[in-house]
Amino acid sequence: MTTLTKVTGEAAAREHPARRRRRKVDRLPYLLLLPCLAIIAVLLLWPLGQVVMMSFYKLDSVRQLRGDREWPWVGLANYAQILGDPFFRTVLRNTVLFAFANVALTMVLGTLVGLLLNRLGKKMATFVASCVMLAWATPALTGTIVWKWIFDDTSGLVTWLFNKLPDGLSTTLFGRSDWTGYGWFNDPLLFFAILTLVVVWHSFPFIAVSVLAGLKSVPTELQEAARVDGAGPWRVFWAVTFPMLRPVFGILVVLSTIWDFKVFTQQFVLAGGTQDRSTFMLSIYSYAEAFSPPPKYGLGSAIAVILTVILLAVTALYVRMVLKQEDES
Amino acid sequence: MKKIALNGAGLLVALFAAFPVYWMIATSLKPNREIFSATPRPVPAEPTLEHYREILTGNLIPGVTFLDFFLNSVLVAVATVLLSGLVALLAATAVARFRFTLRTSFLILLLVVQMIPLEALVIPLFLMIQRLGLYNTLPSLILTYLGFSLPFAVWMLRGFVAAVPKELEEAAAIDGASRAQTFRKVLFPLVAPGLVATSIFSFITAWNELIFALTFINDQQRYTLPVAMTFFFGRDDTAWGSVMAASTLFTLPVIIFFLLVQRRMVSGLVAGAVKG
Repeated sequence: MTTLTKVTGEAAAREHPARRRRRKVDRLPYLLLLPCLAIIAVLLLWPLGQVVMMSFYKLDSVRQLRGDREWPWVGLANYAQILGDPFFRTVLRNTVLFAFANVALTMVLGTLVGLLLNRLGKKMATFVASCVMLAWATPALTGTIVWKWIFDDTSGLVTWLFNKLPDGLSTTLFGRSDWTGYGWFNDPLLFFAILTLVVVWHSFPFIAVSVLAGLKSVPTELQEAARVDGAGPWRVFWAVTFPMLRPVFGILVVLSTIWDFKVFTQQFVLAGGTQDRSTFMLSIYSYAEAFSPPPKYGLGSAIAVILTVILLAVTALYVRMVLKQEDES
Repeated sequence: MKKIALNGAGLLVALFAAFPVYWMIATSLKPNREIFSATPRPVPAEPTLEHYREILTGNLIPGVTFLDFFLNSVLVAVATVLLSGLVALLAATAVARFRFTLRTSFLILLLVVQMIPLEALVIPLFLMIQRLGLYNTLPSLILTYLGFSLPFAVWMLRGFVAAVPKELEEAAAIDGASRAQTFRKVLFPLVAPGLVATSIFSFITAWNELIFALTFINDQQRYTLPVAMTFFFGRDDTAWGSVMAASTLFTLPVIIFFLLVQRRMVSGLVAGAVKG
């Protein structure tokens, strides 16, 4: 009993200075985090709460926002109005289909390019990777402006290319031979196709580089063994490479989904603003309702909330994946 | 044979990826008659800088030049970089150097807030900016971009701080350096390259942003470059030479910065996904 007390007493004495220092240090990390937490709270979390709150009010003038006028509470009326509007269903369908198509195309193209970069010789791989980087680095704004120029209806490269088609072939295939003045962006389906081209062009490099990084980090023996055993490239990919890179693919799919669900800049620039309602997707719909005159901030907020809820569901999936991997490694 | 096919595919990919960038620069260097000719030339036959001269000397609106918009953008981006770099460094040090109760919660918070669709925050931030009396000022954008760039900056910087061997700081502490001195003289110089890389990302975030700048700024002379480009060039589809020259001037700094740091971007975004 005495010895025990003595021992613990000694241990306590030995630990004492260290513990005191630790307790003193303990406050420091929180102090260091304080500015960061304050900024995240004020500029990201608070507005996130605000947008939910605003969606319950009828807000249609800037003076209400400034606080000069009352905010009439309307409960779920904004949501009822949106969800009851057939146009919203069109927008939602556009958004989901667009995101799905873009994620699929980006993943397939990105993965193929990643695999290709892994197989190319060193010089060639560096060259191709550098070119791929260019597409990634180009800002969404200017990248889209260039594609708009490529599809210009008089001097654009694509218009020229289609004019070059033999007239007979062009007429049989498309019903016209003279493409000068053809509005590439007027037909919604064609608009979405070009938007897909622009978005995939911007986003496949990230997938390619990530897949390449993944390929470099896993041992190649298994793939070689499978090849020696007579497996074709298709089999090798699905039976060996893909299972090893599954975590990478999981995260890439989720990130792409999140990004493609809220495409704004490319659409805004390609459509030349928010006038063309036939090509609306959720983020631009929310923006247009709120800021195109007459402003409807409450309604726009409700749409933004719906978009956020969809994305948070996808995010929950993403966080679970990352945490699982941090545990494993 | 197989090698030829692979290399051919590689060339096709390179062409698809790089062509728009090439086409932007090539068009910006062509005289108007080449730009609007019926047969486009792959390479400018008579390269000219006339479009650059046009946008750099001409007034887009009376008294306001391209350079003014450029400076607005630089001001906003640099202020964002400095603020977000400072705050991120403090937070990254906390996360990488200390074990504390809420550490994991903070990391999860960082991940989650990066996933908030910023597009959904335009309306509430517009409200906040109106209330603060910051509407139509550049600080409204600096504040907004600070919030947007910070989570990724902390996430990325924590890796750099963690990579500095702790022993160096302990040695400095044993030699009698205070915490502040250790931070300034040991940790900071070693983290500086990482801080530069992180800053470039914050810079690109602020430099490229369009929606908020479009919404928060009303006076044309306070437009940032992206807004000016959408406003003056995006809707005017006749002056493609000037549009491409402006686009080139806007894009080149980003490409140069980006190529300097792209490797860290991948490791930051798929952190934990790849072992080893």
